[in-house]
Amino acid sequence: MDYSWDFGPVIARFDMLAIGFLNTIKIAIVSILLGVVVGLVLVLMRLSPRKWLSWPAAIFIEFYRNTPPIVHFFWFFYALPVLLSVSLDPYVAAVLALSTQSGAFYAEVFRGGIVSIERGQWEGARALGMTHAALMRRIIVPQAISRMVPPFIERSFELLKTTALASTLAYADLLYQAMMVNAETFRPLEVYTTIALMYLVLLVTASQLARLAEARLTAYQ
Amino acid sequence: MQKPILEIKGLHKRFGDHHVLRGIDFSVAAGERIAIIGGSGSGKSTFLRCMNFMETLSEGEIWLDGKRIGTERNGQVTYPERQLCAVRERVGMVFQQFNLFPHMTVLQNVMEGLVTVKGMAREQAREIALQELDKVGLSEKVDAWPGRLSGGQQQRVAIARALSMKPEILLFDEPTSSLDPELVGEVLRVINHLAEEGRTMLLVTHELGFAYHFATKVIFLADGVFHEVGTPDEVLKNPRQARTQEFLRRFGEFAF
Repeated sequence: MDYSWDFGPVIARFDMLAIGFLNTIKIAIVSILLGVVVGLVLVLMRLSPRKWLSWPAAIFIEFYRNTPPIVHFFWFFYALPVLLSVSLDPYVAAVLALSTQSGAFYAEVFRGGIVSIERGQWEGARALGMTHAALMRRIIVPQAISRMVPPFIERSFELLKTTALASTLAYADLLYQAMMVNAETFRPLEVYTTIALMYLVLLVTASQLARLAEARLTAYQ
Repeated sequence: MQKPILEIKGLHKRFGDHHVLRGIDFSVAAGERIAIIGGSGSGKSTFLRCMNFMETLSEGEIWLDGKRIGTERNGQVTYPERQLCAVRERVGMVFQQFNLFPHMTVLQNVMEGLVTVKGMAREQAREIALQELDKVGLSEKVDAWPGRLSGGQQQRVAIARALSMKPEILLFDEPTSSLDPELVGEVLRVINHLAEEGRTMLLVTHELGFAYHFATKVIFLADGVFHEVGTPDEVLKNPRQARTQEFLRRFGEFAF
């Protein structure tokens, strides 16, 4: 193989990749935050003793667990506008897809954390005379959070990688920008190697931060 | 006879098809110390747990200070959370598995009910918690995490936590059953000390020797009913019922 590597044209357009890199981070953070909100709403519904609340949440979650992520992107971008008769910006459609997906998974993460708390903890708190709200706030949730942290982080990493699907909606994320650079330079090897490394740096940095957060949140164990 | 603090009328408890408690009438007066004994599966823990509504009643009534717990509407009895919380504040419980909160220090465990349930200021709660911990001999462990303590120490923290709420009745659900034998004594000593203070207590236990010295009344529960009730001498030394005699024989020799 006598391919001569040349990163020159890629480096010359590095500003395009930098924009994509920042957009990837932006869409990931926004989707994680919205996903947490969706997840909290879903888990409250899911754990409710009222069937008319728990069932829709269960169906929603199952729907997302059993359909490919890219279908959600297409649905929000191409299908939802038909229903609403307004077209959605790629960014908005991608955020909707990512945050509902991650919300469905976060709901399961939250639920797993809460139901994993031993019955004795609920009883110990109840026996002191705590209301349900107080025992959740003071006893169950603080302990559940430390157990939720590892699966929550894992799920957020999945989301971070899934953001690349936003490129299919022509959102200017890192992958989409790479496609643009490639179209201008015809240097796929250099371009896609570069962005693979950029994703790697992003995820490794994020995992270091996550490890710090995890250590703080699980300190008592 | 003193007016009862807590009264139970016609208590039944079913878990699905399993009829655990089959019609129990019972009352506790101030200063009484009642030991509840019986084989495993006899319903003794369930009975105790009905008293602070850790279990819901299938049938029956619970009266506290002459007032019935629960709200009756159209023949249906509901138990509003506020009422149950009020009962649990007055009827404390100590569990077999301690059930300390692992994310709080020993001191925080004991302060928790005072701050969260009674709405007490932290400094005041801290003072009370320190006193209660001193009483159970754990002044040196106030800043420890429960997970670092021995079972006996954890159970003493749990007792201090229950005491901090100043309950009128204390329920002990097999408080020494999950302890290593050499740790049983330190917990029983604390319970004994509470007996000397004249507290009203109910104890589900397998420690028959302890029950004999501790109790003013012993109840032998079998098949979901009170099979025999009397003084410790009556029930533990001279049982009249064949079933009680057989139960005690199976326990073999125990020192009174």
